[in-house]
Amino acid sequence: MTDASALGMWGVPLAILGGAIRVSTPFLFVSLGECLTERSGRINLGLEGTLVIGAMTGYAMSYHSGSPFIGVASAALAGLVFGLIHGWLCSFRHVNDIAVGISMMIVGLGLAFYFGKPYIQPTAPRLPSISFGWWSDIPQVQAALQVNVLFIAGAVLAFLMAWMFRNTRIGLTVRVVGDSTDAARTLGIRPTRVRVLATAVGGAFAGVGGSYLSLYYPGSWSEGIASGQGLMAVALVIFARWNPINCFWAALLFGGAGAIGPALQSVGITQGYYLFYAAPYVLTLGILVATSSTERAMTGAPGEMSITK
Amino acid sequence: MSDRRKAPSVETIDMTMRFGAFTALDAVSIKVEAGSFHALLGENGAGKSTLVKCMMGFYKATDGQMTVNDKEVEIDDPKDAYDLGLGMVYQHFTLVPSLTAAENLVIARADTPAVIDWRKERRRLETFMASMPFSVPLNRPVHSLAAGEKQKLEILKQLYLGNHFLILDEPTSVLTPSEADEVLGHVHKMTKAGDLTVLMITHKFREVRAFADSVTVLRRGKRVGTGRVADLSNDDMAAMMMGQAEMATPLARSGDTGRTVLSLDHAKAVDRSGTKEISIDALDVRSGEIVGLAGISGNGQVELMEMLTGQRSLLSGSIRVEGTAYHATRSEARQHKVRYLPEEPLLNASAPHMSVADNLALRSFDEDGRLFLDRKGIMQRANALIDDFDIRTQGPRAPIRDLSGGNVQRAALARELSGDVTLLIVSNPCFGLDFSAARTIRDRIMEARNKGAAVLLISEDLDEILELSDRVAVISEGRIAFETPVADADPKALGHFMAGHA
Repeated sequence: MTDASALGMWGVPLAILGGAIRVSTPFLFVSLGECLTERSGRINLGLEGTLVIGAMTGYAMSYHSGSPFIGVASAALAGLVFGLIHGWLCSFRHVNDIAVGISMMIVGLGLAFYFGKPYIQPTAPRLPSISFGWWSDIPQVQAALQVNVLFIAGAVLAFLMAWMFRNTRIGLTVRVVGDSTDAARTLGIRPTRVRVLATAVGGAFAGVGGSYLSLYYPGSWSEGIASGQGLMAVALVIFARWNPINCFWAALLFGGAGAIGPALQSVGITQGYYLFYAAPYVLTLGILVATSSTERAMTGAPGEMSITK
Repeated sequence: MSDRRKAPSVETIDMTMRFGAFTALDAVSIKVEAGSFHALLGENGAGKSTLVKCMMGFYKATDGQMTVNDKEVEIDDPKDAYDLGLGMVYQHFTLVPSLTAAENLVIARADTPAVIDWRKERRRLETFMASMPFSVPLNRPVHSLAAGEKQKLEILKQLYLGNHFLILDEPTSVLTPSEADEVLGHVHKMTKAGDLTVLMITHKFREVRAFADSVTVLRRGKRVGTGRVADLSNDDMAAMMMGQAEMATPLARSGDTGRTVLSLDHAKAVDRSGTKEISIDALDVRSGEIVGLAGISGNGQVELMEMLTGQRSLLSGSIRVEGTAYHATRSEARQHKVRYLPEEPLLNASAPHMSVADNLALRSFDEDGRLFLDRKGIMQRANALIDDFDIRTQGPRAPIRDLSGGNVQRAALARELSGDVTLLIVSNPCFGLDFSAARTIRDRIMEARNKGAAVLLISEDLDEILELSDRVAVISEGRIAFETPVADADPKALGHFMAGHA
């Protein structure tokens, strides 16, 4: 079993696993950000724009500073600012968070393309990964178990968030605000402020997700870098029933679906290649249809969210 | 500040609240003695809510003073009220539904720690619960608690926060009579022990009689009477509340019961959570009778209504109207003259932004298959119905959402009861309405019955069911648990079936 080619068709699930870890990271960060925002009772559809801004900022700052981690931090900061703007706009009366989100998405894309033009050519330092495949000498195994640092950070973040929702004042406050504005007011909590902050932090997470795109995989800045991960995260959060740990598993599942095409290609199956690229989107549709019901109440949905009201 | 653990006395002196030119509260003085149970009576719009909102600092009173333990206090916002140990339990729950009881209590505290040590908190909560006359399960999410438990938790929350003056805003409107008696009984005992002072907003005389020491009556923003409950009769209190308007007597029952109109036979459907089943083995409603379906909210009433309106598909069994299978399509409803009055009519039975006239025409606008609407006819009909049902509106063109709750209910009823009605299905028709509004609605339902309609009345108000029904059935956990002619119905026994102990 030392010969790599002896893996044969076993290479496919292995490649899917490796691909899942690689592809899922941006899903993970964006969905955790969206999860936090939605738990506070707002929905941020602008995360696609935030993701691209994060990718651009992360790449540019990594290029200028020479440190990919400074790039990630700046991407988080850019996401934070975008989240703040979204949250601030939505705190006016009669402003609809869905409309604001769509505008923010388009503004984000536009700004990123405008400021990102000079960074398409240069190469920036990229994020490191940790090899968990040292025990094997099969190259495919080693490749699949090259786990990037942001994936690990995201996994830790998911569990941390779940713990926070249960065991901290901040966590309970976010849940109160998301479930009942009236109850929050009677408790002396200012719902608007909590929502603005939750949207801002959610934006920062999305920004980190964006920096992953440009600094690890695919690992360069271009205008077509994001392909709807920011929007699909919304579906992913619904599928995960607003639970951060479920977000982690759902992100892996979506990542795995995204890796089917490249994995099949790696063993020489090229037929229907572009169709396999559509797998995550088909999965999104399928899951939304399968989990919807006209007669059952949506369990776990924050009571104050505009789409569940 | 005085000792927080003891029940304080609270007094308002010439409290006045003006909104522009409108005086909602006109120099109202009310004295609640330490350790007393004081009832605040009044019709909707009498100023009860305005008064307590001024006391709790939600409104800044235009004029007047307030004292706590005979010391003058300044209450500018709710925080000041809490600092003085004044707490309020609202008509609608202010608990966070998805949080557990324990989480609700801990987050309500002003000094919630940044990281919560649940083992320590749980021990503290259990010690607190043990010192209280009643308790609730701590570890279940609040939305899974029964209404009575939620109300108990609301009261416990105030005590946990150290508030020993409580304003209860119609605390029993969502409870069954036995739940209400239990909760108020405990509260009453705590006032007797000097642990609590209570000001309770209500319009149920029975509760005032049974639990309150003294009462203040408001009408149109003025205090029109006050005194010890023992010195006043129900008629005295009613007279103070209603003023010159005479108390209407309920419409009498007349006519005979006829053939079966609605019949459910082993009708099954999934409930809203998708995990349980609604299963109605047999339920018949005959013409010229009102069948009252009593039950605690959340026991399948909403789902049953949806089954009857075709919004929830049946897994098995059948719903028949006049002997033929019924799926609640518009044409079937029209053919069999089936009419509905769902609960919260502004939400469930009207298009809020459309005009009163358009809403009144929703049943009939397409009756003769015409292409263009008969605007003149719609207006004429609207004006006639507005007069006939005494709907108070600025005019037929006003959006229906601008009407008060009672008038929206009257408008919905006007639409549903115009013309012949064979079957009328009603759900909580008087929820949140005051005496006179509820009276007219109930009379209309009785009138429809007397004219020969079969009426299914789904209601959480047992008094209403006992007043209107010919037969009473109890729904519990999605099943008909009990059925009896109203003459043999005993509220206690019904309460047992409602609570699911049979």
